[in-house]
Amino acid sequence: MIDLIGLTIAVPLVASGVNLLIGKRLGRRSGWIATAAMAVSFIVALGALLQMFSLPAEERTQVVTVAEWIRAGAAAVSLDLRVDPLSITMALVVTGVGSLIHLYAIGYMDHDERPGRFFGYMNLFCAFMLALVLANDFLLLYLGWEGVGLCSYLLIGFWSDRPDAARAAKKAFITTRIGDVLLMLGLFVMWVHFGSFDFDVVLGHEGSLPEIAAGTATAISLLLLGGAVGKSAQLPLHVWLPDAMAGPTPVSALIHAATMVTAGVYLVVRAHALFEISDVALAVVAVVGLAGALYGGFSSLGQYDMKRALAYSTMSQLGFMFLAAGLGFYPTAIALLVAHAFYKALLFLTSGNVMHGLHDEVDVRRLGGLRHDMPWTAALFGAGALALSGLPPFSGFFTKDVILDLASRDGATWAFVLGSLGAMVSAWYIARLYFTAFIGERRYEGSAHEASALMRTPLVVLAVGALFAGIGLELTPEGTLPMFLEPVLGHVVEGDAGPSTQVLMVLAVVVTLIGIGIAWRLYRPANQERWVSFPEREPGMAGVLAHGFYIDGLYAWIVANVGLRGAAALAWFDRTVVDGAVNGVGTLATRASGLAPIWQSGKVRRYALSFMAGGVALLLYAAVKI
Amino acid sequence: MIRLPLVLMFSALLFSAGVYGVLARRNAVMVLMAIELMLNAVNVNLVAFSSSLHQMSGQVFALFIIAVAAAEVGIGLAIVILLFRTRESINVDEVNLLKW
Amino acid sequence: MIDAPRVELWAILPVLMLFGGGLIALLASGFARRAAQAPFALFTLAALAAAAASALWLWNRETTTALEGMVSIDRLAVVATLALCGIGAFGAYLGFHYFERDDFRRNEFYALLLFALGGMALLVAAADLIVVFLAVEVLSLALYVMTALTFRRGPTEAAMKYFLLGAFASAFLLYGVAMSYGASATTSVQGLARALTGVGGSQPLALVGALLLVVGLGFKVSLVPFHMWTPDVYQGAPSPVTAFMSAATKVAVFVAMVRVLDVAFGSLAWDLAPAIAVLSAGSMILGSVLAIAQRDVKRMLAYSSVAQAGFILSSFVSPEREGIAAALFYLISYSAAVVGAFGVVMLISGGIREQTGFERFRGLGRRQPVLAALLSVFLLSLAGIPPTAGFVAKVLVFGAATSAGYWPLVLIGALASVAGAFFYLRVIALMAMQEPRGVDIADPSPLPRLVLAVPAVTVVVLGIVPGVIVPLLQEAGVLTW
Repeated sequence: MIDLIGLTIAVPLVASGVNLLIGKRLGRRSGWIATAAMAVSFIVALGALLQMFSLPAEERTQVVTVAEWIRAGAAAVSLDLRVDPLSITMALVVTGVGSLIHLYAIGYMDHDERPGRFFGYMNLFCAFMLALVLANDFLLLYLGWEGVGLCSYLLIGFWSDRPDAARAAKKAFITTRIGDVLLMLGLFVMWVHFGSFDFDVVLGHEGSLPEIAAGTATAISLLLLGGAVGKSAQLPLHVWLPDAMAGPTPVSALIHAATMVTAGVYLVVRAHALFEISDVALAVVAVVGLAGALYGGFSSLGQYDMKRALAYSTMSQLGFMFLAAGLGFYPTAIALLVAHAFYKALLFLTSGNVMHGLHDEVDVRRLGGLRHDMPWTAALFGAGALALSGLPPFSGFFTKDVILDLASRDGATWAFVLGSLGAMVSAWYIARLYFTAFIGERRYEGSAHEASALMRTPLVVLAVGALFAGIGLELTPEGTLPMFLEPVLGHVVEGDAGPSTQVLMVLAVVVTLIGIGIAWRLYRPANQERWVSFPEREPGMAGVLAHGFYIDGLYAWIVANVGLRGAAALAWFDRTVVDGAVNGVGTLATRASGLAPIWQSGKVRRYALSFMAGGVALLLYAAVKI
Repeated sequence: MIRLPLVLMFSALLFSAGVYGVLARRNAVMVLMAIELMLNAVNVNLVAFSSSLHQMSGQVFALFIIAVAAAEVGIGLAIVILLFRTRESINVDEVNLLKW
Repeated sequence: MIDAPRVELWAILPVLMLFGGGLIALLASGFARRAAQAPFALFTLAALAAAAASALWLWNRETTTALEGMVSIDRLAVVATLALCGIGAFGAYLGFHYFERDDFRRNEFYALLLFALGGMALLVAAADLIVVFLAVEVLSLALYVMTALTFRRGPTEAAMKYFLLGAFASAFLLYGVAMSYGASATTSVQGLARALTGVGGSQPLALVGALLLVVGLGFKVSLVPFHMWTPDVYQGAPSPVTAFMSAATKVAVFVAMVRVLDVAFGSLAWDLAPAIAVLSAGSMILGSVLAIAQRDVKRMLAYSSVAQAGFILSSFVSPEREGIAAALFYLISYSAAVVGAFGVVMLISGGIREQTGFERFRGLGRRQPVLAALLSVFLLSLAGIPPTAGFVAKVLVFGAATSAGYWPLVLIGALASVAGAFFYLRVIALMAMQEPRGVDIADPSPLPRLVLAVPAVTVVVLGIVPGVIVPLLQEAGVLTW
């Protein structure tokens, strides 16, 4: 099956073509075609995995040449795919979680008029994403990278009649573009230095290190990180992600939670050899990740829109992945990536159930008590929340808390302390979402209908994954998945600094429980009236403080500082950086056109003068040479 | 027998005079004349090289140039006339509809 | 005793076909000035087909030069002639449609087109600097007239500028030829190469000659700072003429530059390469930056063609045959894209009072989805975005420049492509995202759309499977002399 790995990309690509071309005539069938394509893709990837198990660990990296593109002299440019433990893990996440989300989307997009186009884009996205993770060189990776960006743009703006969707799509495109330009520059420096984009050349082959000086490695790594930050919505290029929730919910689950946004993490982990040679790049990765984890967590607390809260949560979780990668725990970063794909897809899709059942209502202030009308959804959301919060024995515990544990054992106490704060906030915001939306009184009108069986089935599978991936795949450093990844990513050696692992584990659980406790204290049904009436934009915190609620004050402080200031900062970012970049080019163009009349005056004698000047310059050059 | 460097210098001066004419003259016909001057400078060059190398091909080349220059002037004048018809002027400085 | 020269007319059969066709068309148009154009167009296509067929027939000839070393008959010439015939066919069809639509009978257009192509076909085979000069003159004289063909103010002005500066440039070219002759006592490409590698030649004089030739030829392909005519002429000339000359002139003159720079002055490559690199960098930067400021699509494409000339020239710093093959691939992909782009512009601009400002393209995706899609493909290829041929072309020329060690040039090229992507994508965004304004004056007829789909398919196919022609071009890049 390894030799057939090209099929994982080809099948969704063909299905996408079919859906985009004749989707109108297919009607509802297009969803099934798309899902079947993803299932085939998944089976091929699974077959490749099984075949890989039959090989000894050192032979598990194989390069499959799908097609030869150009043969320029001795050097041939061919389309190569790389099948190794890392890429196959990523491919399984993309195809596995992708299949489930496609299946869910059949039900979710039931009432949409253009299912063909929707599923065409979704399949196209998966094909690009698979090209990204299966690439054997940075060129194909970049192609996939741009491709998923394009599909993301198309899918965020899928409901183009909604102005916020169109705006969000544009914002996502422009913001990630900044990262893409950095990535492109990084690839350029790489090409100048190595003369190749091939992983084996750039990243070293079979344990040998790439031949590169620390300074150049730093330059390339930081530029690659720039691309990763844009794609994975980390500070300061994160602004597009919450807005991107304007797209259909399966899109949010697939692209903006489980797969595309993790491409940045994949890039850093894949290129870790370069990051390690550089003396500062990894530290920058860790700091960026930690900042993102905290920022995302706190921002999530201020959101009333379920999907936006989950989007900030995604940002926070990705921050933890970057933190792990930055500290050198690559297998653990990938383990969190896998676990997160399960539980975040589950959380998004369950909030999709809520939207589906309640006419797109996502504001938690107008939800409440949903567990009576939607027991399945409430239970499934609860499963996802448990997994995310990091309570043992669920998958979040084996990944996020393991990262913090490793950090502490490694002597990175700062990362442990701040990371634990992030972990507490994580438990807090996810519990808050559950308490506000699913328990207490009903605050919505009419009745919510539970999702259909078609939509529930994939969720149950995801929930099983979310809850038990930690035990099943043994995501801990000595477990199955990290050991499987070892030939590519090396072994994580646990340090012996600081308190012992047992103490840290207890601490982690305590921290999580504190987070949940705070959420319960604030958002239990009895306290409902305090925050349900809370307006989205409180004019100032003075008015709130005057009421004397200490907790509300803290709450308002958080909202005012992280939420509103954050919003102000985002607005500032929009105004100065994004608009500035666009206007900057415009200004440049205007300046250039201001200069043009002097030179390109339309007068033929001026042209002859320019010509003459060029000729004289060349003759002077000749004179120098002679 | 005139020495080759002298002739080359003469032709370079003639060429420069032609260039000056193109840059300085506003009348399209005068610009055309200046270009002819440049072409003839090249002819002088070729004939001089030809005689110093004792080869005929340079002179044959000069004949080619004379023929081509005649064709060029023919087309050039036609364009100048067309210009005059559309604008009532052959001042090249006034022809600047297309710019920037 | 004079030996009668051997006249191997078969060696220039494609050129003869084109000139013969041109003469017949000229005579016929003299007698039938107001006759219908369709027979002329069909005749032109037939002449082009004949020329292409005879060029193909020359593919497997063993001889390298003919007519006393005046023309070479190698595969480079054959490939270039085929490309020229293809461009000519599109030029003829676009011109036919353009004049037919306004019922503006200009039957000498076809004669001029064939003459220009004859000059170009001669230029790509020229193995002697005299022939280079003659061919350049023939193609230029025809193009000057074609530029003025609609007699309107814009075209007339464009023709005047093109003519005056073109003649000016010819003088420089000739001066360069004279210097080369003085340096080596010969004007033939092979003779020059031999004289300059041996002891017989004068290197300083040859360097001056080579640089003046670069000036003269650089003018024709619009390299900065010899590019000033380009925006005015491309904007002013009738769109089908612009489409034809922007593509065909570049193909012909760049192939001539291959012979002149890589063969005749091959031994001076080390001295010439820095000058070439500077011209190339200047063209890439200035073309891209000035294109950003444009508000007229034809003018923007003109500046873009300045930048494209810089990209092509960047492969000339590499004397290897990879460089030649890269330049050929670039020329072919550029030609397909630019002919298509100007063709679409012609259909959108609405008749011979061409309106090509950006406002015409606003919201075109709604009104004319096919034209907008075609133009987008061409612009993406010009911008060098995969999976179009323009991307592969850029990879190949940059590869050639890097292998010669000129990676700063490649860096400049990459940055210029990024800036370039901006203005190409802006037009696409204008078409796709904005609301249309004003009345739709685009041409509704279906046939031109079908014809323009051919170059669109070409750029996409070459972008996905460039392997189908790259080996061919590499064979063509082997210059035997």
